[in-house]
Amino acid sequence: MIGPEHRSPVWPTAEPAALAGIRICDFTGQLAGAGATKILAALGAEVIRIEDPVRQGKWDILRGTQPFVGEHRGIEAGGSFNNHNAGKLGVTLNLRDHRAKELLRDLVAVSDAVTENFAAGVLERLGFGYEALRRIKPDIVYVSNCGFGADGPYGSFRSWGPIVQAVSGLTFQSGLPDLPPAGWGYSFMDHTGAYYMATAILMALFHRRRTGQGQWVDLACIEAAGTLHGAASLDFTVNGRPARRSGMPNSNRSQSPAMAPHGIWACNGDDEWVAIAVRHDDDWHRFAGAVGEPWTGDERWARLAARLAHEDELERLVGSWTAGRPKHEVAESLVAAGVPAAPVLRPSERIDGDPRTQDWGLWVTVPHSAVGDTRVEGLPVRLSETDWAIGRGAACLGEDNQYVFGEVLGRSADEIAELEADGVI
Amino acid sequence: MSAFDASSPASPRPLDGVRVIELTSERCALAGKLLADMGADVIVIEPPGGSPMRAYEPFAGDEPDREQALWWWHYNTSKRSVVLDLDETGGADDFRRLASTADVVIEAEPLGRLATLGLDWRQLGAASRAATGAAQPSPDAGGRNERLIWVSITHNGRERPDPPATDLTVLAEGGPVWSCGYDDHTIPPVRGGGNQGLQMACHYAVATLMAALMWREDSGRGQLIDVSMLAAANLTCEFATYFWLNQQVDVQRQTGRHALPQISEPTQVRCADGRWLNTGVPPRRGPEFAALSGWLAELGLAGECSYTELLKLGESYEQIDILHLDADPLSAEVFGAGRDTINFLAERLGAHELFVGLQSIGLACGIVYSPEEMLADEHFVARGFPVEIDHDGTPVTYPGAPYKFSATPWRATRAPRLGEHQDLLAD
Repeated sequence: MIGPEHRSPVWPTAEPAALAGIRICDFTGQLAGAGATKILAALGAEVIRIEDPVRQGKWDILRGTQPFVGEHRGIEAGGSFNNHNAGKLGVTLNLRDHRAKELLRDLVAVSDAVTENFAAGVLERLGFGYEALRRIKPDIVYVSNCGFGADGPYGSFRSWGPIVQAVSGLTFQSGLPDLPPAGWGYSFMDHTGAYYMATAILMALFHRRRTGQGQWVDLACIEAAGTLHGAASLDFTVNGRPARRSGMPNSNRSQSPAMAPHGIWACNGDDEWVAIAVRHDDDWHRFAGAVGEPWTGDERWARLAARLAHEDELERLVGSWTAGRPKHEVAESLVAAGVPAAPVLRPSERIDGDPRTQDWGLWVTVPHSAVGDTRVEGLPVRLSETDWAIGRGAACLGEDNQYVFGEVLGRSADEIAELEADGVI
Repeated sequence: MSAFDASSPASPRPLDGVRVIELTSERCALAGKLLADMGADVIVIEPPGGSPMRAYEPFAGDEPDREQALWWWHYNTSKRSVVLDLDETGGADDFRRLASTADVVIEAEPLGRLATLGLDWRQLGAASRAATGAAQPSPDAGGRNERLIWVSITHNGRERPDPPATDLTVLAEGGPVWSCGYDDHTIPPVRGGGNQGLQMACHYAVATLMAALMWREDSGRGQLIDVSMLAAANLTCEFATYFWLNQQVDVQRQTGRHALPQISEPTQVRCADGRWLNTGVPPRRGPEFAALSGWLAELGLAGECSYTELLKLGESYEQIDILHLDADPLSAEVFGAGRDTINFLAERLGAHELFVGLQSIGLACGIVYSPEEMLADEHFVARGFPVEIDHDGTPVTYPGAPYKFSATPWRATRAPRLGEHQDLLAD
């Protein structure tokens, strides 16, 4: 184990880092895995990401695919890849060669955790399953992450974000009545799987820090997703009321807790929308005052039960008020009255047009060795004593071979040159 | 698998001995649950009359009752409940005492409320470096708990305005809503279900506080973690963000699939039983075409299917370059035949049969399950995902562990009754 005084060579500040002294031997890729170790790197862990030189790291489909950084193209220019791997070190190991396996064994021996999101069983077939890792380092923390988990009847099934969302019920729960599932228009569970993976790594490391005991964590993203339905799962197991029923889902409304009006309405302009949530009868009075139209004075709307009973009609009336008004103006007038409301923001509006995200420092400009300065995501937290930092974009293929194989593992410059010439690294 | 024995009441858990004080709120309840289910002693503080979550529908048996709210049950497993009126001197004193014994406080109170009551981080936690300019904890710390980690979840951090907001409004202004909905843009964009706008912030809060706990092991010092719900939503938008950061182009929402700058092909197909399947990426490689042809024959459907010749042609491809189909009409036709064959099968098979059949020949796809269908699926049952939690003699099935720890498995008990653990104040 390395001491807490150790800093990753790409940690950019002199400030203390929460995870200084933690080293991760990292096989993760895509977002579901790489997104987890990105968080750890931003909190100060030394994350050493391993890629296959033979395939130029393209097991990770985001390496060298769009959106590209500006006008750049090629394996170093994938914008998503750069985002998910910012702050990490990068090395290459051709694990078909026994010398690469030896390097890996040496790296595992000086690491705190091994992380991966291959299909189930891949690392085991390479000779580095949990039992093998334990023989190298008895207290190692090993976290594997795949859609269906390490075992079970569907153990051989493959997945990525949209499939995880479909099977877990998340896709089903997102949509409007009498239409196909809208689902999530992106790999929501790649993000969220990464959050669970980061948490699992740290919980296992915390346990090891206090007891000396390592372990294996089997993270099945579909199971993590299956915990995210709130009260809907229990409504079935307790009340026998399935989510698959007439009129459902209707996820722009709020059934739990019941609110009305609650939804998304068209405003002035092309594809311009506002979200409004009237939480209770007090909100309704504030809403009615802010809107100030004759229909809002109708006493029958004063009670939640009546608003729910005539929700279609109420939604039409709200829509007649928002239509033709600018979304920002609608939202600001309701918020000023104390009613939750917000414009639906486009990426351009919330990233470069919203001073709140800029002010937070959410979009971080970092240097990248091949494509220059790039923008990546930061973290939505601020720590008073050990704040996060990101010093560099993703490593180019093998960019940190000298540091890791030389300084960390003690191979000589000649040995490293030979390994490189032989295609081992 | 032997590495993952079921949890027993004697198994250790990673957060054994960590005491967490949570001020009940829908905005931080999941954070407390994630810690409690992994062994932390989470004491949830409720106001007299109970947490607002106890009034949320639906209720067990559909009768409004503060002990029967399923939302409360779900988000408050494994916690203990104490009722305190923070506006009264006695309640405030009790809270101070609890905070002085705690490792972590989690709160999502309206900005300024706790400071006014003298119960904020600045009054109870370590004097922060940022506040004092000193590198070391203040020597006159008095009743402060220098080891306390304080997690504050607000709309957009403690230094910025705190407007009225809900899950819906956070997801709307934070980005996720823009990417979700239908090809037809006269239909409103859609809020994804399940309170994810609340949960995103909790996920970041827990990962970060675990890092703070790690740092405290060596430094002995707590700290303040300031979590922004708006920022957490902004960081949970995937391609919408990366296309803007790298190409300055806005994506557009599309039915049941990724929002992208361009309109893409559908990926959802309705099956013979009315349920939907996410088809993933149709066959691209020779062996995938061969496997699909083989399964067609096995089903006795090869004769009816008009794409068999093109599938045969597909077997000769190492991999079809799907990014450049415009320039290669034959490859486009072969690729289209794979997709059309899956649609042909969907007209004849139920969604589960199609899902298992395609996955079994190596084609990644996913049935669109409802939450209760996922819980009942044989795979997740075999893995022990649905768990029974005892409610005073009555077992209730819950979604179980989000992760399986081999040495310190997840374990949950039912949510507490209002003030069920009031006695602990006497300790």
